[in-house]
This record gives sequence, C-alpha cells and structure tokens, in this order.
Amino acid sequence: MKVYLDNGATTMVDKKVVDSMLPFYVDKFGNASSLHQFGVEAKEALDNARKIIANKINADPEEIVFTGSGSESDNLAIKGIAYSNKEKNHIITSKIEHPAVLETCKVLEKQGFEVTYLKVDKEGFIDLNELKNSITNKTCLVSIMHANNEIGTIQDLKKIKDICKEKNVYFHTDAVQSFTKVEIDVKKINVDLISFSSHKIHGPKGVGALYVKKGTEIKKLIHGGHQEFDLRAGTENIPGIVGFAEAVRLGNKEHVTSMAKLRDKLINGLLKIKDTQLNGATGNKRLCNNVNIIFRYIEGESLLLKLDMNEIAVSTGSACSSQDLRPSHVLTALGLRADVAHSSIRFTLSRFTTEKEIDYVLKVIPKLVEELRQFSPLK
Amino acid sequence: MYSKKVMESFKHPHNMGEIKNADGIGKIGNPTCGDVMWIFIKIGKNKKGEEIIKDIKVKTFGCVAAIATSSMVTDLAKGKTIKEAKKITRQNIADALEGLPPIKMHCSNLAVDALHKAIEDYEKKNEK
Ligand SMILES: Cc1ncc(COP(=O)(O)O)c(C=O)c1O
Ligand code: FES
Repeated sequence: MKVYLDNGATTMVDKKVVDSMLPFYVDKFGNASSLHQFGVEAKEALDNARKIIANKINADPEEIVFTGSGSESDNLAIKGIAYSNKEKNHIITSKIEHPAVLETCKVLEKQGFEVTYLKVDKEGFIDLNELKNSITNKTCLVSIMHANNEIGTIQDLKKIKDICKEKNVYFHTDAVQSFTKVEIDVKKINVDLISFSSHKIHGPKGVGALYVKKGTEIKKLIHGGHQEFDLRAGTENIPGIVGFAEAVRLGNKEHVTSMAKLRDKLINGLLKIKDTQLNGATGNKRLCNNVNIIFRYIEGESLLLKLDMNEIAVSTGSACSSQDLRPSHVLTALGLRADVAHSSIRFTLSRFTTEKEIDYVLKVIPKLVEELRQFSPLK
Repeated sequence: MYSKKVMESFKHPHNMGEIKNADGIGKIGNPTCGDVMWIFIKIGKNKKGEEIIKDIKVKTFGCVAAIATSSMVTDLAKGKTIKEAKKITRQNIADALEGLPPIKMHCSNLAVDALHKAIEDYEKKNEK
C-alpha cells in the first residue's frame, strides 16, 4: 500500500482542479491584458478566481494579489512594507517561521533593518507580552505565521492583531499551511497581509497569493507591467490561478473534521510506542493534518528511509537529510536537545488520507522503530 | 541521493550490536549532526601470531550514511591485523560504499574514528 503522508511539503493536485485548468492552455489561452475576445475570456477567469479566493477569507477581490508562490507572497509582504516605510526600520517575527520569512528578514538585516525574533514556548506559541514589549516607534511590521509547517501549532491571530493595532504597526501572517484548514475572516481578525500557496491545498505548484488590506502602503518587488493592481508585474498564470481557485472552492469544513480525527488516531497510536513524544499543541490549536513525533534513540532520516522502503512517505523534523546537518530551527526553538530534535518525524495528512492508510502505518512502524533501536547506543 | 550500495548496507547492516567483554571500545559523537557511534572489538591471533580483530560490533544512532558506514567499517576491519585496521581511511569506506554525498563524508569519519579509538583503547589497556 502506498501511503503519502508528506502533504505539508506538497499535495496531489485534485483531478477536478486539473480539469478546471485544462481549457486555459489550448482553447482559452489569452493574455488577460489583451483587448480582444481571447483576452476578455482570460480576464474573466482571472476575476472569477480572485473572487473565489477573496470570498473564502471575506475580503474584497481587489485585496487579492496573485504571486508565483507562497515564498514570493512572504517576500512581497515583508520587503514591500519594509521598503515603503522610510522612517521605520524595525521588524518583529518569530524563531519558528518558514525560511521564506526568516531568510527575507536576514536580507533586510544586512540592509540595515533591525529584526527581533520572538521566542516560543514548548508547544510553539509566541509570548504575547514579549511581542507587546518588543514593539517600538521604529517598528513597521510584525510577521507571525498562522500555523507552523513542522509542528502545526496555530497562533492566536486575533490577539496578535489587537496588539499590533494598539501600537499601530502592520501585521502580516503566513497562512500557507493553514489556508482552508483554519477559518480566516479578515473582517473579524483584520490582519493587514496574508500569504497563501496553492500547492499545499491540492492546487498546482508555482501559484500563490497575498492578501493586502485596502489602504496598506506597500512597494512592489517585480517591476514591469501593471498587472495585479500594479503590485506584481508579469502576465498572469491563468491556468494556475484558475486551478488554485478551484482547489480553494473544493476544500470544506467536513474535510477538516475528518482529517483531525485521523490525525488523533495516528497520534494516539504512535504514542503507544515506548519512548515517544508529541511535538506541538493538541486539539484545535494544532493543524488538523499535522503529526510530529519524537522517536527517542533513533535518528529521523533512518526511520524516514525505512518507512520509504515500506512505501510510506514522511519527512524528518531533522534537517539531516538536506544540505544542513543542524537540527530543525523550529524544534530547537521548542527547547529540544539536538539528539532529540534529530529523532523527530513529521506525518502530514490530506483530505485524501484514509483510515486504512493510518492503520497500515500504525501496523508497520513499531517494528521499524524496534529494529533501529536495537543497535542504538543511546538510552 | 545515496548509492545503491549505501542503501543495501543500510537495509541489511552487518555486525550491529555490542560485545559483552570487549577488548577495546571506541565511542565517538559528532556534535553538529548529533550522531553517535560505539565500536566494540575482540582481539585474537592469526596463524603467524599477529594480533587481529577477531570480532567487531557497532552501535549507531545516526543517519542512513552513518548506519551504512558503521556496517562497512566492521566488514573492512573484521579479520584484519591491527596494523592493517589502523590504515583504514574514510576514503576506503566511502569507496567501498560506491561513494557518499559530500555533506555525508563526515559520517565515514565517524566510523573510522570510532574504529581507531577502539584499537587505541585496547592498546592502552594492554600496555606493558
Ligand atoms: C509556512 C510556509 N510558508 C511558505 C511556504 C512556501 O510556499 P511555496 O512553496 O509556495 O513557495 C511553505 C511551504 O514550503 C510553508 O510551509
Ligand atoms: S549526518 Fe552526521 S553522521 Fe550522518
């Protein structure tokens, strides 16, 4: 049985999404800026997609800017605000952000900006008091992710926004992992900028969006034509955008409930294995599709590959398999020791994950863990 | 990213475990990646009367490359004279595994260092 539990990395494109995209490659291939019928057709599709995404978060269509990825949305939000505020040079973010935010902040630091990286508690929540105390009259932006990609912890956007509002600074949130899984109503929480990405929700890769609240002063990063309300030059990726909107349309509340049920089944089953521990929060403060478990005394990459041999695809909390040997910055920020952080595995479900698949994983994994522990020197 | 040979050694690692009353033990850890390796050796003599590594076992907490190199270093060292075993390099291990990704070369270091440390430990205990 092939089981894909790495939906935090990317997801299968829903067949219905593919179907919605296909007409825009051959028949309706126009450029949305053209005046003829081909262009009008493309423009209509673009407007319609914008409306669907705006509706999902209760925004106005003019507040949705399509981009080429979640990473680009993060860059546009952070640099866009930083560069448009000449007198203010301070940004606040957290230690557990995605590299798209952290690396952008590092670049700004090199350019003379000051960045505060807020700590998190052992479940991954920022300290609201620390946030409040970190804001100065030089602060132009607070960027705190909605749901964390490694451990699934969901921050309280409303409380963060209230602090930002009181101190009159812009608030950006990266909602790439939470989009369609946790409700966002911009009329209720009033965030200024929100990043989204299509490929995490069964849409095509290479499409993202940024919500920019009306009246927000922001500088564009990609210069050229006047597309996307003059915030992002480049001929719009109509098939991709149409697919993104279709993916948004297809995600619903029932999926969230059933994913959360399977998530808890997986968590409870895995915690029955000796010397295991859950990273992150529980219940509705945790993303409905995220499970992150420490298997003490064994290293994540070796368990990942053992699972792969059994056709189960997961990812490590440790960065050992990539180009960086250090343990994940997120797990380290939770206060985990390096060897413990290296023993973490992330399982991320999708609305296509079945109970049978979870049962299969729970059946296979204890044996693999035991095999690796048998020759572990730790303990 | 790993060669077939690495994956093969990872899937079926040799000589994993420990030797109860080992003649020498080498314990090594890499602070950056957090990986840990312990090598246990038992010394015997060959027909010529030279000291050889009669038995060797290894315990590893580490990545795929660390487990594969653990297995390979024990294969390379088993039955060798102490003199020969001391000459095993990380390159020998990497070559026997049909190469390691550059960032994983230090895993083979770990294996060689643990082996050499185990031999050192034996020699120290047997100094006359
Ligand atoms: C929280 C978060 N932000 C941003 C991104 C980047 O999105 P994209 O892959 O669309 O650039 C990801 C996914 O990798 C993510 O998980
Ligand atoms: S990554 Fe350090 S021993 Fe393999």
